[in-house]
Amino acid sequence: MKVEAKMLLGLGLFFGVMCAVYWNWSLENAGGVMMFAGMLLCFLPGSYYYFWSRRMKMRPEDDPNATQASGAGVVGSFPGTSIWPFTLAMGAFFIVLALVFGVWFLIPGLGLVVWAMLGGTAEGRRGGKV
Amino acid sequence: MTDVLEHPIETPSHGHEEHHGPSGILKWLTTTDHKIIGLSYTVTSVLMLVIGGLFAEIIRAQLSTPNGSLVSLSQYNELFTMHGSVMIYLFAGPFAFGGLANIIVPIQIGAPDMAFPRLNALSYWLYLTGSITMLAGFFTAGGAANFGWVAYAPLSNSINTPGAGADLWIGGLLLTGFSAIFTGVNLCATIFYLRAPGMTMFRMPIFTWNMLVTGILILLAFPVLTAGLIMLYCDRHFGTHIYSVAGGGVPVLWQHIFWFWGHPEVYILALPFFGMVTDIIPVFSRKPVFGYKGMVFATLSIAALSLGVWAHHMFTTGVVLLPFFSIMSLLIAVPTGIKIFNWIGTMWRGEIWFSTAMLMALGFVVTFLIGGLTGIYLASPPLDFFTHDTYFVVAHFHSVVMALVLAGMAGLYYWGPKITGYLLNEKIGKLQFWFLFLGTQVFTLPLYLLGLEGMPRRMAIYPHDPQWKMLNDLSSLGAAMIGISTLLFVVNVAVSWKKHPAGDNPWDGHTLEWFTTSPPPHHNFYRLPQIRSERPTWDYNHPGHQALAHGKHAPAVPAEKVSTS
Repeated sequence: MKVEAKMLLGLGLFFGVMCAVYWNWSLENAGGVMMFAGMLLCFLPGSYYYFWSRRMKMRPEDDPNATQASGAGVVGSFPGTSIWPFTLAMGAFFIVLALVFGVWFLIPGLGLVVWAMLGGTAEGRRGGKV
Repeated sequence: MTDVLEHPIETPSHGHEEHHGPSGILKWLTTTDHKIIGLSYTVTSVLMLVIGGLFAEIIRAQLSTPNGSLVSLSQYNELFTMHGSVMIYLFAGPFAFGGLANIIVPIQIGAPDMAFPRLNALSYWLYLTGSITMLAGFFTAGGAANFGWVAYAPLSNSINTPGAGADLWIGGLLLTGFSAIFTGVNLCATIFYLRAPGMTMFRMPIFTWNMLVTGILILLAFPVLTAGLIMLYCDRHFGTHIYSVAGGGVPVLWQHIFWFWGHPEVYILALPFFGMVTDIIPVFSRKPVFGYKGMVFATLSIAALSLGVWAHHMFTTGVVLLPFFSIMSLLIAVPTGIKIFNWIGTMWRGEIWFSTAMLMALGFVVTFLIGGLTGIYLASPPLDFFTHDTYFVVAHFHSVVMALVLAGMAGLYYWGPKITGYLLNEKIGKLQFWFLFLGTQVFTLPLYLLGLEGMPRRMAIYPHDPQWKMLNDLSSLGAAMIGISTLLFVVNVAVSWKKHPAGDNPWDGHTLEWFTTSPPPHHNFYRLPQIRSERPTWDYNHPGHQALAHGKHAPAVPAEKVSTS
C-alpha cells in the first residue's frame, strides 16, 4: 500500500509543480486548470492510501516474504454471468442514438438503463447466476 | 451464484474448471470472465485494424497517381478522418488495454479475475456499440465524419460540418471514452487490490506496471476529452458558443482540451506495447530484464511528463508557450531512451532465440526508434514550423504506430498460445514479420522525404512532380506489403487452428501466466508458486538458481525450442 501511495502522491506533486510553473509563466487558464485537476486526482486516492498504509498491518501482497498460505481466506466476491452490463450498454447506445436521430430513442434508451440498474442491483443482492 | 474466492494454495481445490453456465451467444452476452471479455476486445479491435487498414489502402491507391480519381474529394476527407479515428480510438487502445491487458494482467499478478467483472463487461459492450456508432456514419446521407480525426473547431461546428456523420462520431467517441475510463478504473483496482501473496509492487511484471500507469493516464486524460465532446455537441445543437468566436468563445480551447487528452493518449497507446516488448525480450534472450526499476521509473516519468506536453501539437497556433512545451517534450526522450537502452541491455550477451515474437519485438525497437527520433525534431518549434501539417508529421506518427502494431503482433504470437492453448505457425509468422517490418519502412521513409519537400497532408490530389509521384508510389507499395502481412496473419490463424498444442509454458516464460494451464481455467489458477522475485515461474522451474535481487539471476539452461513449422 505504501508504494501505491508514494507513486500517486509523487505524480500529484509533479503535476502541482508543473502546474505552478506553467500557469505563472503562460497565464493560460485551460491548461493550468487541467493540470491542477490532474494533481487533485492523484492526491485524492494517494492520500487515502497513505493514511491507511500507516494504520493497517502489511497485506500479504505487500510482504516480500509472504507464503501462499499467509494469504488464505476470502479474496473477494466475483459474480457469475450477468445480462445487465449488456442491457445497460444497449441503453447507453440508444441514448447516444437519441442525440443524433431524435429524442424518441430516449424511450428505449432510458427504459433499458433503468431496467439494467434495477436488475443489476437485485442481482448483486442475491448473487447472480453462474 | 457469485463465487466467493479464496487464494489457491498448493493443492488443486477449487474445481472452477467445473464452471457451468450458458453456452453459445448467450455465454458471450452474459460473460463476466476477463479472459472471454479480453478475447472479445482482441477480436473486435483486430477487426477494426482490418477496417482501418482497408481505408488506408484506398487512401494510398488514391495517392498513387497525382490526379487520382478512385474516390471523390469529400469521400477522401471521410476516409482519412475515419482511418485515423478507427486506428486510434477503436484499434490501438482497446487492443492493448481492453484486449491483451484484460486477459493477461490478472493472471500475471495471480488474481482470479478483474476487480469489477460486471464493469469490465460493460466496458466491452460500450466499446462495441461506440465502434458501431462511429462507423454507422458511412450509412447516413451526408456520409461519415470528415473533419479529420482531431475535429478542430470551427471546422467541426454545425455550419462547416452539418449532418449525422459528425454527431455519430461524437456519440461513438463518448461511448468508447466511458468504456476506456471504466477499464482504467478496473486495471488500477485490480493491480492495487488483487495481487497474490508475495507479489509486491516491485515484483510485478513490467507489462502489469505499464498497464497500471496506463490506467492512471486514462483516468487523467479521458474525462477531459469526454467533457470537450459534450461541449462540442452543445455548440453544434444547443446554440452555445464555447468554441465559436461569434459568441465570445475560443476555438483554440478545443485544441487545448483535445490535446490535453491527445498527448497522454499517445502514451496510453504506447505504454502497453512497451510493456509487451519488455516482457518478451527477456524470455527470448534467456535473461532477466535489465534495469527493472529503471524501467518502472522511466514509465512513471513518461506518464508524468506526458501531461505537460500537449501544446507541442499547437506550436503553429502562435498562442502557446513554446519554451515550456519544447523543453517538456524534449525531456520525454530521456526516459524513452532509458527504455531502449534497457531493451538492448537485456539482449546483451543473452542467448537470443529469434522466434516470431522476438523478431516482432526487435522490429518494434527499430521502428519505434525511427519514430521517436523524428519526434524529437518535432519538439523543436523552428523545425515544427517548417514541417507542420506536412507528410513529415504523418511519417513520424506512422513510424510510431506501426511500431506499436509490430509490438502488438509480438504480443499475439507470445501470449496467443496461452490464450488459445495452441501455437501459431512460426514459418508463416516469420514471413509475416518481414512483410510487416520491411513494408513499414517502405511505407514511412518516403513520407519523411515528401514532407521535407513540402507535400501537405490530407490532400487527395497533388501536383505532377515526378519525384513526388515516385515517393508516393513507394509508400503505396509499402502499404500493400503491410496489407499482405495482415493477410498472412489471418492465414496463419486459419492454418494453425488447433494444430500445435502449446503446453503450459512453451517459451520457458518468467511470469505467473506461464505457471497456469493453456488456456487458464475459470478463475485462472489451480495453485500458485511462492513468489520471491519478478520471475516466479522461472524460479519454480529452475530451483537450482536462487532468486536474487533485480537483474542478478544466473542465466538458465536453454529450454528446448518449440517447432511448429
